[in-house]
Amino acid sequence: MQVVVFIAKRLVAMVVVLLLVSLLVFSLLMLSPGSILATLLGTQPTTPELIHSLEERYHLNDPFFVQYWNWLVNALHGDFGQSIQSGEDVTTVVADRLPVTLGLAGLALLLVLVIGIPAGMAAGMRRGKPFDRLVTLLTIVGMSAPVFTVGILLIYVFGVRFEIMPVYGAGEGFLGRIEHLTLPAVALATGLTALIVRQTRAATMTVMDQDYITFARARGLSRSRILIPYALRNTALPMVTAAGLMLIGAISGTVIIETVFSLQGVGSLMIESVQAKDIPVVQGLALFIAVLVVVVNLVVDLLALIIDPRIRLSVKG
Amino acid sequence: MTAETALVVAPARTPRRPSVLIMLAFTVLLIVAVLAVFGQWLAPQDPTVQDPLLSVTPPGDGHLLGTDQLGRDVFSLIIAAARSAIVGPVCVALGCVLIGGTLGMVGAYFGGVADVAVNRFADLVYALPALLIAIVVIGVVDGGYWLTAAILIFLSTPYQIRLCRSVTMVQVRLPYVDAARTIGLTSRRTLFRHILPNILPTVVATLLLDFVAALIGYSALAYLGLGVQAGQPDWGAMLAEGQSFITVNPWLSLAPAIMLIATASSVTLVGDWLYDRLSSKAVSR
Repeated sequence: MQVVVFIAKRLVAMVVVLLLVSLLVFSLLMLSPGSILATLLGTQPTTPELIHSLEERYHLNDPFFVQYWNWLVNALHGDFGQSIQSGEDVTTVVADRLPVTLGLAGLALLLVLVIGIPAGMAAGMRRGKPFDRLVTLLTIVGMSAPVFTVGILLIYVFGVRFEIMPVYGAGEGFLGRIEHLTLPAVALATGLTALIVRQTRAATMTVMDQDYITFARARGLSRSRILIPYALRNTALPMVTAAGLMLIGAISGTVIIETVFSLQGVGSLMIESVQAKDIPVVQGLALFIAVLVVVVNLVVDLLALIIDPRIRLSVKG
Repeated sequence: MTAETALVVAPARTPRRPSVLIMLAFTVLLIVAVLAVFGQWLAPQDPTVQDPLLSVTPPGDGHLLGTDQLGRDVFSLIIAAARSAIVGPVCVALGCVLIGGTLGMVGAYFGGVADVAVNRFADLVYALPALLIAIVVIGVVDGGYWLTAAILIFLSTPYQIRLCRSVTMVQVRLPYVDAARTIGLTSRRTLFRHILPNILPTVVATLLLDFVAALIGYSALAYLGLGVQAGQPDWGAMLAEGQSFITVNPWLSLAPAIMLIATASSVTLVGDWLYDRLSSKAVSR
């Protein structure tokens, strides 16, 4: 019961946050220099019909909140208006760009999990040893290096110096796609892997200090028997809570790395739209990202409830 | 961490003399700081001098790292750009620590509605992709160098508030704070003369982390052509320009990339080291 109340409260908070964000996103139209009409017209030929239809659509002659309300109702129906650059519906433009971004994100996530968690656990179990020190140093560099510098180094080494990997575009077909997305995914995964290694290492160190691990060792259990059921399950919680943080890093990272590798994804669409002041597309993407962040954070909280029974008990409505 | 493990671990984790790595990090920071202050006198050539005949050339012929599109000396540009790379992030870090530190301490000490409000705000910003927001806002309003600083301060302060709040919370419950209250010290004196020295390690370490975040933010914006004026020497902007000419003069993009990675990593390393050192001192006292 308490859990239900907890979830209901979180849902209400979620809606409030999204409303706030939508208000800010809508205000982007006002923030852009020049009149709203000029912003919406962009470089399109100024015809009286176009001006009239824009005024009609955005209710430009009404007060701010009427404009906002109309925009919000349209947005809830999935209608963010037309891109100023291409004239297509914002949803169509975004949908066209989505596959590349999903491929990139999926590949990066795979790298992060496959490399990050084992490396973090191995380092945490060898605290203070050379391996641990090396991993710690690498995570510091990985966390500090801006994502585009990693990208440029990869482009230079693999694309220019040795010419063994494609460095521009997204490729054709399934294998071509993976080949083209590998370097961007590695660049994107660098910082995130560093983050998860740090989390996993710290969690493993805490768990290894616990009495039940000492007891498991005393019972003569093998390393892997200790590692998987005891250590891994207990380090899962800090790692799941890190997922929200990782998502945020991944979103900013994707936007930049798609630009570095000239990938036609949602991230580079965001940059292009910001640079061209294509506000309807920026608004649509910003809301899309806000919903994604809020939903993932909710899922993270629910997963924490499932993984750790102690949290279920501590939730008091 | 329990008292027992602290006793076992402390000597091993805080060597008396800094390691070679830390010395290296300090050296890098010293060099970058010197370049930021005295760069214009140290650059071997005037970074503003253009030479249309030398548009993008590889290293050689008096140009250690070659030239850029306008024929400017890349080595001198790298030196000249240190200032714009350092000044903004320093201001952001100081701003974050002053505003966030004060709000966090005051919130934890007095509690009440203001504390709850500040904490909720921190929660909200915590869940947002700060760099992306900076990109959108600065791109849409055509923001410059100082607006970038303001936005980065606004977006990083919540982390600072939260951290300072949580470490102050721990202090407020300790007997010495009660003692200070009992002998009739003012709140301000208790906060800044007695609590502040105890939370200083955290504050210093986060100051450096804020700096790294701001350095990354600034350079990413510059890479995308936002936040810096065209023509102003900047590592992020140079990298973006150099990417198109990476086969002709790779140093135009590699040199700023290396500078950015070296600076950011060194600051993080020093921050980690300082934090370990200062907090172990606080424990042993």
